[in-house]
Amino acid sequence: MTTTIPAPRTPRRLRGRTNTELYAWMFMRASGVLLVILIFTHLFVNLMTGDGINALDFGFVAGKWADPVWQVWDLLMLWLAMLHGTNGLRTVINDYAERDQLRLWLKVGLYTATTITIVLGTLVIFTFDPCPPDAAADLLPSFCPVP
Amino acid sequence: MWSWVAHRVTGIGIFFFLFAHVLDTALVRVSPEAYNEVIDTYKNPIVGLLEVGLVAAVVFHAFNGLRIVLVDFWSKGPRYQKHMFATVLVLWVVLMVPFTIRHLSHVFGG
Repeated sequence: MTTTIPAPRTPRRLRGRTNTELYAWMFMRASGVLLVILIFTHLFVNLMTGDGINALDFGFVAGKWADPVWQVWDLLMLWLAMLHGTNGLRTVINDYAERDQLRLWLKVGLYTATTITIVLGTLVIFTFDPCPPDAAADLLPSFCPVP
Repeated sequence: MWSWVAHRVTGIGIFFFLFAHVLDTALVRVSPEAYNEVIDTYKNPIVGLLEVGLVAAVVFHAFNGLRIVLVDFWSKGPRYQKHMFATVLVLWVVLMVPFTIRHLSHVFGG
């Protein structure tokens, strides 16, 4: 599991067979730039407009996810931020966890937590019902049919 | 070097927040009551101040990350990295001052 980055100017044949670290490095830059746009907008819309944090409740989230644009927005944020953060923490683990066994298990834990969180978040966005039939009407967004 | 340390520390902090943020938002799938109950526990001055800290970390990580991209891809990036770090700090203050005023007025103004 040891990650060694070959020294600069190492001949090709002496390098590893894959370019995984290069792709990870590129991904951090590309996803980082996108995340700045995605998250700054997310924070501005949710915290700065209207009543800000005070407006946050089920109706607010349901109102946003009624629009496919915000569904895709939040889905992209979820995947990119989780993968960006996971790769960042992978780097931190590689830097500081020196024992092979410890490094292995920390990464197993990290990848498990990441997979669970991405799957859970994705399922929530796609299976979400803004008007659950058994909920109190005053908690629901205004567009829900009145029973 | 300090920008590198701060980038790591803010990155790790934001990442752990993200787990909690996905989990609490997932409660919308349980019931409106469950979601609102948990979100209500966040609506107090202590969490309001923590939110300012979180946004401060996000804004720093974002601007410093863009600086890293420029250092890596812009031919003059390495030469101006110190100037760009000063710019990061200035932009951080410029965004954080209005954000903090508005957010805390929501938190303390009710």
